[in-house]
Amino acid sequence: MSEIADKVKKIVVEHLGVDESKVTPDASFIDDLGADSLDTVELVMAFEEAFSVEIPEDAAEKITTVKDAIDYIEKQKAA
Amino acid sequence: MFSLEGKTALVTGASGGIGAAVARALHERGAAVVLSGTREEALRALAAALGERAFICAANLSDAGEADALVGRAEAVAGAPLDILVNNAGLTRDNLAIRMKDAEWSQVLTVDLESPFRLCRAALKGMLRRRAGRIVNIASIVGTTGNPGQANYCAAKAGMTGMSKALAQEVGSRGITVNVVAPGFVETPMTDALPDVQREKLLGAIPLGRMGRPEDIAAAVVYLASDEAGWVTGSTVHVNGGMAMN
Repeated sequence: MSEIADKVKKIVVEHLGVDESKVTPDASFIDDLGADSLDTVELVMAFEEAFSVEIPEDAAEKITTVKDAIDYIEKQKAA
Repeated sequence: MFSLEGKTALVTGASGGIGAAVARALHERGAAVVLSGTREEALRALAAALGERAFICAANLSDAGEADALVGRAEAVAGAPLDILVNNAGLTRDNLAIRMKDAEWSQVLTVDLESPFRLCRAALKGMLRRRAGRIVNIASIVGTTGNPGQANYCAAKAGMTGMSKALAQEVGSRGITVNVVAPGFVETPMTDALPDVQREKLLGAIPLGRMGRPEDIAAAVVYLASDEAGWVTGSTVHVNGGMAMN
């Protein structure tokens, strides 16, 4: 697993207080990990801070799973 | 009780009577205050009178970009994240609805309703991160009672109350409160100019028998900004001498 994926997972575990084993790539923040809509906003803010990237509102809305987040950040970091 | 020591507050419309009193009261309780308004000279005079812990951020809130940027600027000049936001800035463009120009409607809605939303949105980001924050929006008695000649102002102030309740529900779980203070008729240069007959009539409608003072409004803001008001949110505190009872 990439370093980015590791860090994303850690942030999700910390923020949502869920078990690490539940944070699979396909896990949806809201449907599988019990996040509410405000949690998803805060997760994006936490990603922005941790990775020093800016995630605009329209991109943020499309980040619904763990994999979405990892892919988006990896793309930003590669650019 | 009600110490604001170590907190940072932004007060919009601080060059006006109520805004200045609010800034003074927050400052007196120990908060650092960022004074915003359009009249820079008045802001500078107030900052000088307050002394330490007072900063200036002039802004024209009819401009969306300036409204969006104000919270960030305030945090930069104060060198601290914002704990307290007081949306006090507002203007009136009175006219009977039937004669009201589009510009009179939109100017009031922009400054009195849209700009507070922009400031709340900007401030909430940091408050969410810190799991704490106080927003106090200054509405008006006429947002509840209506007032002829002020369809625009009444709509904006009623809108502000609804907005505050929605925000209060959105961020309550994060320890942030959003409340409203609704002043009645407060002594200002504008109400001083009222003819005696009208003034008498107005006073007759106020059970407490006098016009409001800016300090009456400021006291309610201090309470809602304090840690002690941590279980009050989405609420409107009416400070109007009993003129309208809710």
